[in-house]
Amino acid sequence: MAKNDVKRRKKIAVANDEIITLKNVSKAYATGAPALNGVDLHIKKGEFVFIVGDSGSGKSTMIKLLLRELVPSSGEINVMGYDLTRIRHRKIPKFRRNLGIVFQDFRLLKDRNVYENVAFAQRIIQVSNKEIKRNVPSILATVGLAGKYKAKPRQLSGGEQQRVAIARALVNRPSILLADEPTGNLDPKNSWEIMKLLEQINENGTTVLVVTHNREIVNAMQKRVVTMKKGVIVSDEEKGGYIDDED
Amino acid sequence: MRISTFFYTIKQGIINIFRNKWFSLASIATISACLFLFGLFFAVLMNVDSIVKTAQEGVSVTVFFDEGISQERIVEIGEMIDKRPEVAKKRFISAEEAWETFKVEYLGEYADGFTENPLADSASYEIYMNDVSMQPALVTYLEGVEGIRLVNRSEVTAASLTGINALIAYVSIGIIAILFAVSIFLISNTVTIGISVRKEEINIMKYIGATDFFTRSPFVIEGMLIGIVGALIPVGIIYVIYNHVIEYIMTEFASISNLLAFVSVETIFTQLLPISLIMGVGIGFLGSITTVRKHLKV
Repeated sequence: MAKNDVKRRKKIAVANDEIITLKNVSKAYATGAPALNGVDLHIKKGEFVFIVGDSGSGKSTMIKLLLRELVPSSGEINVMGYDLTRIRHRKIPKFRRNLGIVFQDFRLLKDRNVYENVAFAQRIIQVSNKEIKRNVPSILATVGLAGKYKAKPRQLSGGEQQRVAIARALVNRPSILLADEPTGNLDPKNSWEIMKLLEQINENGTTVLVVTHNREIVNAMQKRVVTMKKGVIVSDEEKGGYIDDED
Repeated sequence: MRISTFFYTIKQGIINIFRNKWFSLASIATISACLFLFGLFFAVLMNVDSIVKTAQEGVSVTVFFDEGISQERIVEIGEMIDKRPEVAKKRFISAEEAWETFKVEYLGEYADGFTENPLADSASYEIYMNDVSMQPALVTYLEGVEGIRLVNRSEVTAASLTGINALIAYVSIGIIAILFAVSIFLISNTVTIGISVRKEEINIMKYIGATDFFTRSPFVIEGMLIGIVGALIPVGIIYVIYNHVIEYIMTEFASISNLLAFVSVETIFTQLLPISLIMGVGIGFLGSITTVRKHLKV
């Protein structure tokens, strides 16, 4: 099995430099209309991509599919060489370790300080204490929180909490960073700082996917923009902008 | 698993206990209450069992022989008795011995008036059985043996002792099963509440890529530690209570204490302590592992 996995990953890696591939992916929940309907999406290594759309457009479903929290009803999903429609349950943790995730509501452990929140991600993948002591301060410095490692989440501003969350997502050096509405709870100034941080992370080689509502930022940053509506991709532009939903 | 991970997991398990003080206390109280009842029951049971056993050991069947039976036939009958599977041991009581005992027990100084042994034909075998329930079969057999005049037995005692034994077995199995089920149910509820508090933490762990094992381990260790504490408390309490109760009965009811030999506190606790610990750890383990499993499907 392990051998097959390696083979499959190699094959795909040789075939192209795509890190995320969705082929004709549909997802229908037990009730209601399909949340995703025949979606095709190809993202290359090192890209910075915005995914925009209103609520009900299928963005959240897409994120859940990419995390393998959900399985598609039909179609194929390949992320970093993992075939997510066929991946075994016990392989999922290993897959997710290459994926950094940032949420709108930060999801920090409230009873632990900044250092422990970031170290937590390393403990989970069984990094030695010695390495944790080296890695965590360095990543905290990258996100600009070197001086606040002892603070508890509630002592931090929203922007600072999101930086901790980003540090936690990055400390295991993932190939992809998924950010689900990372600025949804932040004021414009903090939102911009977080976006700049994500851009900087992308420049260092990490593929970054940002799901967002923030029109101003999307329009200003001139990145690839994938727009979704009612479960389908309605536009996919390099250096795109936020398409207003007028009709 | 790395050693540092192992210690981290244990440490998290311990920290979890303190982090959710009230849930931990509720769980410990639950297990303690169940194991306390179990312990009390166990102590009483062991004493009843010991009393019944002592009583059983005293139950015997006595056979008397036909008048003028030969000494050879008595030996033959003795050999036949020895071959029976029911028989644990037998004792031959000669006519002289029977008379001596009778004199001492019932006659005292009046015995001097007798010059001949009035119990001349009262030699007997006193037969002790492996199991009281075997008595009817043995008696039926003995009654058919040639040369035996009379079989004396204690039917009522035997029947009631067998009954008590069976009753004790059923009741103990029943009570242990109920207590175990109740504990697991209560623990599972407590862990569920504890987990819903930490659902977010479990979610984050799963998103970051923690294996099920890594996610589950601190909860399981927490459950087992709670189980250990929950077992030690009632065992300690019962130890103190048991000692006091026995002391009280021995002094206040000296007459009973001659009849009933209580099982020593050491005998009870060399069994009760490991059983309680195993049950406590088992309840904690099962309760936490089943509950975490339900919540791991992220």
